[in-house]
Amino acid sequence: MDTTATIWMPQQASTIASEVDALFYFVYWISIFFLAVITFGTIYFAVKYRRKGKRDQLTSGPHGHTGLELTWSVIPTLIVLVMFAWGFQVYLKMNVIPKDALEIKVTGYQWAWIFDYPEGFNTGGELVVPVNKPVKLLMSSLDVLHSFYVPAFRVKMDVLPNRYTSIWFEAMYEGEFQVFCTEYCGKSHSDMLAMVKVVSQTDYEKWLEKQSDDSGTPPAEKGKKLFTSRACNTCHSTDGSKSVGPTWQGTFGSTEVMASGEKITVDENYVRESILNPNAKVVKGFQPVMPTFQGILSDKDIDALVAYMKTLK
Amino acid sequence: MNTLPYKTYLNSPTGIKSWLLTKDHKRIGLMYLMAISLFFLVGGALALVMRLELFSPGEQFISAQTYNQLFTLHGAIMIFLFIIPSIPAALGNFILPMQLGAVDVAFPRLNLASWYVYVVGAIMALGAIVIGGVDTGWTFYTPYSVQTKGAITLIVMAVFVLGFSSIFTGLNFIATVHKMRAPGMTWFKMPLFCWGIYATAIIQVLATPVLAITALLLVLERGVGIGIFDPKMGGDPVLFQHFFWFYSHPAVYIMILPGMAIISELMATFSRKPVFGYKAVAYSSLAIALLSFVVWGHHMFTSGQSELSAMIFSFLTFSVAIPSAVKVFNWMSTMYRGSISFDVPMLYALAFLFLFTIGGLTGLFLGTLAVDLHLHDTYFIVAHFHYTMMGGTVIAFLGGLHYWWPKIWGRMYSEKWARISWALVFIGFNATFIPQFIMGSQGMPRRYFNYLDQYQPMHAFSSVGAYILGLGFLIMVVYLWHSVKNGPIAGSNPWGASTFEWTHSTSPPDPHNFKEQPVCDHEPYPYATTIFKSTNPYEMDDSDK
Amino acid sequence: METSTATTGHEERPEFLQHHFATAQQQRETSKLGIWIFLVTEVLFFGGLFCFYAVYRSWYPEMFHEAHKLLNVSLGATNTVVLITSSLTMALAIRSMQVGSKKWTMINLGMTLALAGTFLVIKFIEYSHKIHEGLVWGKFFTFGEIDATNPHLFFSVYFAMTGLHGIHVIAGMITISWMMYRTSKNHFSADYYTPIEMTGLYWHLVDLIWIFLFPMLYLVG
Ligand code: HEA
Ligand code: HEA
Ligand code: HEC
Ligand code: CUA
Ligand SMILES: [Cu+2]
Repeated sequence: MDTTATIWMPQQASTIASEVDALFYFVYWISIFFLAVITFGTIYFAVKYRRKGKRDQLTSGPHGHTGLELTWSVIPTLIVLVMFAWGFQVYLKMNVIPKDALEIKVTGYQWAWIFDYPEGFNTGGELVVPVNKPVKLLMSSLDVLHSFYVPAFRVKMDVLPNRYTSIWFEAMYEGEFQVFCTEYCGKSHSDMLAMVKVVSQTDYEKWLEKQSDDSGTPPAEKGKKLFTSRACNTCHSTDGSKSVGPTWQGTFGSTEVMASGEKITVDENYVRESILNPNAKVVKGFQPVMPTFQGILSDKDIDALVAYMKTLK
Repeated sequence: MNTLPYKTYLNSPTGIKSWLLTKDHKRIGLMYLMAISLFFLVGGALALVMRLELFSPGEQFISAQTYNQLFTLHGAIMIFLFIIPSIPAALGNFILPMQLGAVDVAFPRLNLASWYVYVVGAIMALGAIVIGGVDTGWTFYTPYSVQTKGAITLIVMAVFVLGFSSIFTGLNFIATVHKMRAPGMTWFKMPLFCWGIYATAIIQVLATPVLAITALLLVLERGVGIGIFDPKMGGDPVLFQHFFWFYSHPAVYIMILPGMAIISELMATFSRKPVFGYKAVAYSSLAIALLSFVVWGHHMFTSGQSELSAMIFSFLTFSVAIPSAVKVFNWMSTMYRGSISFDVPMLYALAFLFLFTIGGLTGLFLGTLAVDLHLHDTYFIVAHFHYTMMGGTVIAFLGGLHYWWPKIWGRMYSEKWARISWALVFIGFNATFIPQFIMGSQGMPRRYFNYLDQYQPMHAFSSVGAYILGLGFLIMVVYLWHSVKNGPIAGSNPWGASTFEWTHSTSPPDPHNFKEQPVCDHEPYPYATTIFKSTNPYEMDDSDK
Repeated sequence: METSTATTGHEERPEFLQHHFATAQQQRETSKLGIWIFLVTEVLFFGGLFCFYAVYRSWYPEMFHEAHKLLNVSLGATNTVVLITSSLTMALAIRSMQVGSKKWTMINLGMTLALAGTFLVIKFIEYSHKIHEGLVWGKFFTFGEIDATNPHLFFSVYFAMTGLHGIHVIAGMITISWMMYRTSKNHFSADYYTPIEMTGLYWHLVDLIWIFLFPMLYLVG
C-alpha cells in the first residue's frame, strides 16, 4: 500500500496528495535544471577563463547584451507564471470543501487536540475517520495559535482562538497517520501530537456505537484515561513535581493558597470550577494559562476526573 | 612597500577616548564589525548547542523550555544583532564613502549615535536572556507572546531600539549616496556595491518604522493590556502577523541586497571584467527593494487569509524572483572571457552563486500556494532561510570581509588556512542543511524539541555537519586574529581592483581617506582600458618581479 | 541631483561648515535631505497606527461611532487651532532668522513653545477626565454606558495615537528650547539657520499628524 513515498515526499494518503506532489516535482525539476545551468556554467567559465600568464593585464570581453538580459528575464517570468497558476489551482481545490463531507470539530489547546463528533461525544488525541469519504475539520483554539498538519494528507491550517478555520481531506487508505502541531505554542509544542486513524466504513460505524456507551469502566479508570487523552498531563504531574500547573498528587482535600491570598480547600466544587472556569481562582505561583473545558468535558467526565484525582494520594 | 603607512585611521589619533568619540566612518565601521562578529559567534554557538540536543529525539541534556529559549535567542541574535546590521553597518560604513570618493558619511555624528543605540539595544537583548529568557521564537507571535512568562517586554524593547539604529544607518547612507559623490561620479558610474547599499537603505528607512510601532504596541499590550492583539478582548492576533511581516519580509532583502552588492564587486575584481549588464544589476536592486514591500502575506498562507489575498501574495512573490534571477545570470556572465583568479574572496563569491541559487530556488516552492501549505513551518523553511541567509548573506559577508581585510588592517591573512576554512564551511554548511530540506518535505515541523524516530538519521547528519561548520569558523577566527598583528603587509591594492578605496588610498587608509580628492572620469570597472597595478604579496610570479 | 565635492583650493571655510563637506550649499542640501527622510520614517511610524485605526474601525463601525461621542470635540478643536497657530509662529521664527533678526526669532520660538505647552495642558485636562471616568484602554476600561461591543478598543487606539503624538510634541518642545538656546548664543545668522529650519519642518509634521487625528477620532469616529 505504501508505495508512494519518495526521498522527498511522504506517502500519498489523501486524494489531493498526488496533485500537490506533481506540482512539487515540477518546481523541483525546474530548480534542478537552473541549478545545473548555473553550477556548470560557473565551473565551465571558471576553468576556461582562469587567469593565465600575467596578473596585471588588460581584459576585453562584452559588458552586456540586451538580448540576453531579455532572455533571462522573460523565460523565468513565463516559468513562474506557470508555477503561480498551477499552485493557485490546486490550492483552490484544497479550499473548496465537498458538500457531503463529514464534519468534525477540532479543538486545539496547550498541548493537545480534541475531536468533537456530530454524534455528541469527543475523543482526545485520536481522530477516527472512514476511508474514501471527504472529511471536513472545523477548527478553533482555546488559547494561543496552533496549526493542524497531517503530512501524509498534505494539509495544514492554523488554528486560531478568535475564529474558525477549516480544511478537508479524503483518505485513500486505512491506517494511522501522524498529526503535528506546526505553529509554535509553548513548552510542549513538539508533543502536541495526534493520530488520524482511517478505518473502513463498517468499522467506523461500529466504533461510533462503542463510543456512545462507556458504562462498563469504573470512574477512576475513566478519569485516568481522560487525564492523558485530554492532555491534563502536559501541565499537571501525578508525582508531586511542579509543572506548568500544580501537581495532582495529594491535592484533593488539601488546603491551597490562591494568588489573591485566599485559602481554599480542594473539594469537588472547587475542582469543577477549576476545570470550567480556571481563571476564577488561580493558585499562587502559577500563571492563569489553563484553558476552560466548558463544553468539552461533560459532567460525567468531570466526575471521573475527580474520582481519579482522589486516588492520587 | 613592506611597511605599513606611517599615519593611518587606526593609529591617529590614539587612545580609547578617540575611539569611543570618533566620528570617522572607518572606525565606526570597525566597531560595528567587532560587535556583529561577536554576536555571530554567540548565535552560532547557540546553534551548536541546539544541534547537539537535536542529535537524537527526546531530552538529551537540556529541557524543552531551555531549547525553546535557545532557538528564540539564536534567531533573534542572528537577525537583529547580526545579519541586519552586518554588511551595511560594518563593511558599508567602511567602504561606501570611500567608493564614492567622500571624506565621510553625510552625518558622522548620527553614525556614531547609531552605533551606541545598537550597543544599548544589544545590552537590552542580552539582559533579557539573563533575567528570564524568551521563548516565543524570533517572530513574537501573539497571543503566545502576550501570555508567556519571561523577559519578552525587554527583548521587544530591544528590537525597538535596534530598529532606530538601523533607521539611522539607512538615512545616513541615502543622504551620503545622494550628496557626497566625488566630482564626476554620476549615478551610473557608482560601483554596484553603492547601488546595493543604497537600495538596502531605502528598505531600512521605509520598513523599520512599522516594526517599531508594532514592537511598541506589543510592549503596551504586555505592559498595560491595551487588548488590540488579545482575542479575549476583541483584538486580533493575526493582525500582529501582518505588521510583523510587513517589516520582516522586506528585512530579508535588507539582508540579501548588501550581500549581492558585495558579490558584484568580487565578480568584477577577480574576473577583471566590468559587471555584465551593469544597469540591469543596478536597477534590479531597486526593483527588489520596492517589490519587497508587497509580498509579506506569503508567510501567512495558512493563517486563514482569504483566497484572494493568498492569490495576490503568491503572484507578487514570484515577481520578486525575477530581478534576483537577472542578477545571478549577470554575475555568471561577468566571468565570460575574463581573467579569473581564485583568491579567497572569489572562492566565497563562487560558493555564494551555488548556495544562494539553492536558497532562492527553494523560495519558489514556498511561493507556490499548494506546495507551501505542505511545507510551511517545517524544516524545509528552516533550510530555505539558512541557504539564503547563511549561504547567501553570510557567505557574501565573509567574501567581503576577506576582500577588504587587507584594506582595513593593511595586512594579509594566511591564504592556506583561509582556503581550508572555506572548504570546511562549504562542506559543513551543505551537510547541515541539505538533510533539513529532505526531512522538512517529509513533514518534520520546525521549533520541535522532540521528534519522531523516523527523522533521526537526518537530524544526526545535520548535527555532524554543523560541527564541521563550527570547526571552519574556529579556524577562521584564529587566522584572522593572527593576521591583524602578524600578517604580511598587503600594500594599497593587493587585488588590482578598480574602485577608489583601492586606487586612491593606502592600506590602512589615511584618517581622511584620501590624500587628495579622487575624481571619477571613467566608466565603472574599466579593466579593458586600465591596469590597476596589484601588490598582492602572495602572487609574485616571475612576470611581476 | 548631481553634486560636486570639488574644492577649488583655499576658499574661506565658514565656521559652521563641517570638515567633510566642500561647500555650505552641499551641507545645507544634505541636512535638508536628511530631515526629509526622517520625516518619511515618522509618517510610516504613524502610518502603522493609522492602519490599526482603519482595521478596528472596519471591524466595529458602530462601536467606533458610539465611543467617539465621548470625546470632547470643543477641547479637540481648540487644540487644533492652538497647533495650527504654533505652526505659523514657527514659520515666522525661520523667516525672522532669514532676515537676521535674532530678537524676533526668539520671540516667535518662544510663542511656539508656549502654544505647544498650551496644547499639552489641554490634552492633560482631557486625559484626566477620561481616566477619571474609566474611559481608558483595554483592560482598565470601566465605563459602563456604551452600548456596543469592545468599546475599550476605541480607547486603546485613541490613547495610543494621541499619546504617541503627545510624546512627539514634547520632543518638539525640547528641540525648540534648544534652538532658542543656540539662537541666544549667536549660533545662527541669515547665512546659517538650517537647524531652525529643520526643527520647523519637524514641527509642521507634528501639526499635520494632529490635523489627521482630530477629525478621525473626534469627528467621524
Ligand atoms: C536573506 C534572506 C532571504 C531571501 C533572499 C529570501 C528569498 C526568497 N524567499 Fe524567503 N524566507 C526567509 C529569508 C529569505 N528569503 C526567511 C528568514 C524566511 C522564514 C522566516 C520565518 O518564518 O522564521 C523565509 C520564508 C519564505 C516564505 C514563507 C514560507 C512559509 O513560512 O510558509 C516564502 C514564501 O513564499 C519565501 C519565498 C522566497 C522567495 C520567492 C525568495 C526570492 O527572493 C528568491 C529569488 C531567487 C531565485 C529565484 C534564485 C536565483 C534565480 C535563478 C537561479 C534563475 C531561475 C529562476 C527562476 C526560474 C524564477 N520565503
Ligand atoms: C543570520 C541568520 C542565521 C544564521 C547565520 C544561522 C546559522 C545557523 N543556524 Fe539558524 N536560525 C536563524 C537564523 C540563522 N541561523 C533563524 C532566524 C532561525 C529561526 C528561529 C525561530 O524559529 O524563531 C534559526 C533556526 C535554526 C534552527 C531550527 C530550530 C528549530 O526550528 O527548532 C536550527 C537547527 O538546526 C538552526 C541551526 C543553525 C546552524 C547550525 C547555523 C550555523 O550556520 C552556525 C554557524 C556558526 C558557528 C558554528 C559559530 C562557530 C563559533 C565558534 C566555533 C566559536 C564559539 C566561540 C565563542 C562564542 C566565543 N537554526
Ligand atoms: C495549559 C496548561 C494546562 C492544561 C492543559 C490543564 N491545566 Fe489545569 N491548571 C493549569 C494551571 C497553570 C493551573 C493553576 C492556575 C489556576 O488555578 O488556574 C491549573 C489548575 C488546575 C486545577 C486546580 C488545581 C489546584 O491545585 O488548585 C485543576 C483541578 C485543574 N487544573 C484540572 C485540569 C484538568 C482536569 C485538565 C484537563 C482536562 C487540565 N487541568 C488541563 C494549567 C493547565
Ligand atoms: Cu500547538 Cu504547537
Ligand atoms: Cu518573505
